[in-house]
Amino acid sequence: METDLNSQDRKDLDKFIKFFALKTVQVIVQARLGEKICTRSSSSPTGSDWFNLAIKDIPEVTHEAKKALAGQLPAVGRSMCVEISLKTSEGDSMELEIWCLEMNEKCDKEIKVSYTVYNRLSLLLKSLLAITRVTPAYRLSRKQGHEYVILYRIYFGEVQLNGLGEGFQTVRVGTVGTPVGTITLSCAYRINLAFMSTRQFERTPPIMGIIIDHFVDRPYPSSSPMHPCNYRTAGEDAGVTYPSVEDSQEVCTTSFSTSPPSQLMVPGKEGGVPLAPTQPTHGAQADQERLATHTPSDGIHCAVTPSSSEDAETVSNSSEGRASPHDVLETIFVRKVGAFVNKPINQVNPPESPETASPLHGSLHSNGSSGGSSGNAHDDFVMIDFKPAFSKDDILPMDLGTFYREFQNPPQLSSLSIDIGAQSMAEDLDSLPERLAVHEKNVREFDAFVETLQ
Amino acid sequence: MNCRSEVLEVSVEGRQVEEAMLAVLHTVLLHRSTGKFHYKKEGTYSIGTVGTQDVDCDFIDFTYVRVSSEELDRALRKVVGEFKDALRNSGGDGLGQISLEFYQKKKSRWPFSDECIPWEVWTVKVHVVALATEQERQICREKVGEKLCEKIINIVEVMNRHEYLPKMPTQSEVDNVFDTGLKDVQPYLYKISFQITDALGTSVTTTMRRLIKDTLAL
Repeated sequence: METDLNSQDRKDLDKFIKFFALKTVQVIVQARLGEKICTRSSSSPTGSDWFNLAIKDIPEVTHEAKKALAGQLPAVGRSMCVEISLKTSEGDSMELEIWCLEMNEKCDKEIKVSYTVYNRLSLLLKSLLAITRVTPAYRLSRKQGHEYVILYRIYFGEVQLNGLGEGFQTVRVGTVGTPVGTITLSCAYRINLAFMSTRQFERTPPIMGIIIDHFVDRPYPSSSPMHPCNYRTAGEDAGVTYPSVEDSQEVCTTSFSTSPPSQLMVPGKEGGVPLAPTQPTHGAQADQERLATHTPSDGIHCAVTPSSSEDAETVSNSSEGRASPHDVLETIFVRKVGAFVNKPINQVNPPESPETASPLHGSLHSNGSSGGSSGNAHDDFVMIDFKPAFSKDDILPMDLGTFYREFQNPPQLSSLSIDIGAQSMAEDLDSLPERLAVHEKNVREFDAFVETLQ
Repeated sequence: MNCRSEVLEVSVEGRQVEEAMLAVLHTVLLHRSTGKFHYKKEGTYSIGTVGTQDVDCDFIDFTYVRVSSEELDRALRKVVGEFKDALRNSGGDGLGQISLEFYQKKKSRWPFSDECIPWEVWTVKVHVVALATEQERQICREKVGEKLCEKIINIVEVMNRHEYLPKMPTQSEVDNVFDTGLKDVQPYLYKISFQITDALGTSVTTTMRRLIKDTLAL
């Protein structure tokens, strides 16, 4: 397998895979920071932009990734995994996703390393950028704050999917064939996040056992610690400086060679040999890290930034958080029905069942009232005055039945009937100047009144 | 050469049309753009760097990634805006489609003009729905967001099949393959077109009505 690959190609390939792994980790962790990511395009290539993509390097993340890799590269049976999990302010945690960079045995001997593999790895990184925004954990991570934080953990070896619960889904980001194997990038994610986000991760009884599984201890000891998906300022880590990614030996290939199209069609020929890389810009570390949130050194914290718990992201919005707008909508409905509907008095009459054995017996329609009895359904009933128990109201002399009747069938607003409305509108307009004059005369009184209020 | 054709369908509310189209088109162009080529002596070239940025949608619970190029974004917004206006003014069933076509130019001899040979076409079929209540709109926000997530996964799946791509051109040929007019990125040559779909029934009815009227007028 390796005899087909010359040493330069092999070296290049190893370098590509190594930096691809590091950039993959950066993209995933940065996508879970909770903020929008923005990098600038540059028409002039620099030595530090691997795969021709502007992906910043957070030194801490690179450090963790390199630590996990420990000088190895993803190979068959040895995958690089980035685990994304959620931890609440109460200390409960739950795995959300596992991103896996794997290698299988299927080799593509014909493929050109320095050109095709490189470009396809670049395409795969772009796909990763897109996919990291569409898994459920993205929206959760955008809302992290004082209720929960998102953590990451990098490990190398066998993929561990047990913590994702039952029924997790997988999305394949893409594959790139190389002469030594096929690189595959995929994500396995927990799907029952919808309930979690709606319930705001409260300590309520779990619904149908969906989240029972994650509160148990991990069956395997996690060797690598979890890290929050945010990072410290340079000032915080005065004592610890993480080496920048690019030293002089690790500058990415930015030069390619063109060949007339006919040459490229000849199989087996080297289509392009990269020249010596352009002058490396030392310390061409992409921008320094930004302050996200202030973290104590033990890593886990309840961030100060208030989480804007706005719209829940799921269909089942019937939780507490949504109660008030829902109620408002309902009350509007009720008012609408009552105020603007022109219903003849006869129609609106739900025949209440008057047959109760209680002393409250009697229908809601007291005798002598005009607004209520449709007549037909009530011929068998005797009309008596409705005397609610314990009601002794001198303030409001009307009885409950009269009250109910009157307010159940309000008359139509006079201003809503077209004729009267038009007339009164015209009258109003005519009388406006007079009224304005009157008000102007009394300006001083009004001002005095306003002052008394202040 | 066969042209690869991919079709996506979405149902959205009127105000979501622009963002949904931009999300899909930008995702495709993200994969079909490279950095600017700088040709040097000895037949080599270097490639600039493509930046990316997240875009939150206002009317959909969705965030997409686009190439950091204001020129490209403006170009897309212009055509998507025209599409949205055409949909709104059509008064039809709210059906339309927008196509993003990648093509190569093939030089022809005088007096024939250059040929444009498409190699990949992405078509997004749009169905505009009208919603009555705020609750329905809220549900639509979330549903359309989920649908767009599926579309992005579909797009990525197609992109990573590594099927035909034009060969990297020499300096003299680069304008036949790439759009070199932008200052910061270099997408493959593309064109965007759209059409508003009239319901078949409507056009048949109109024709029949005209025929009958004409007949009676005689």
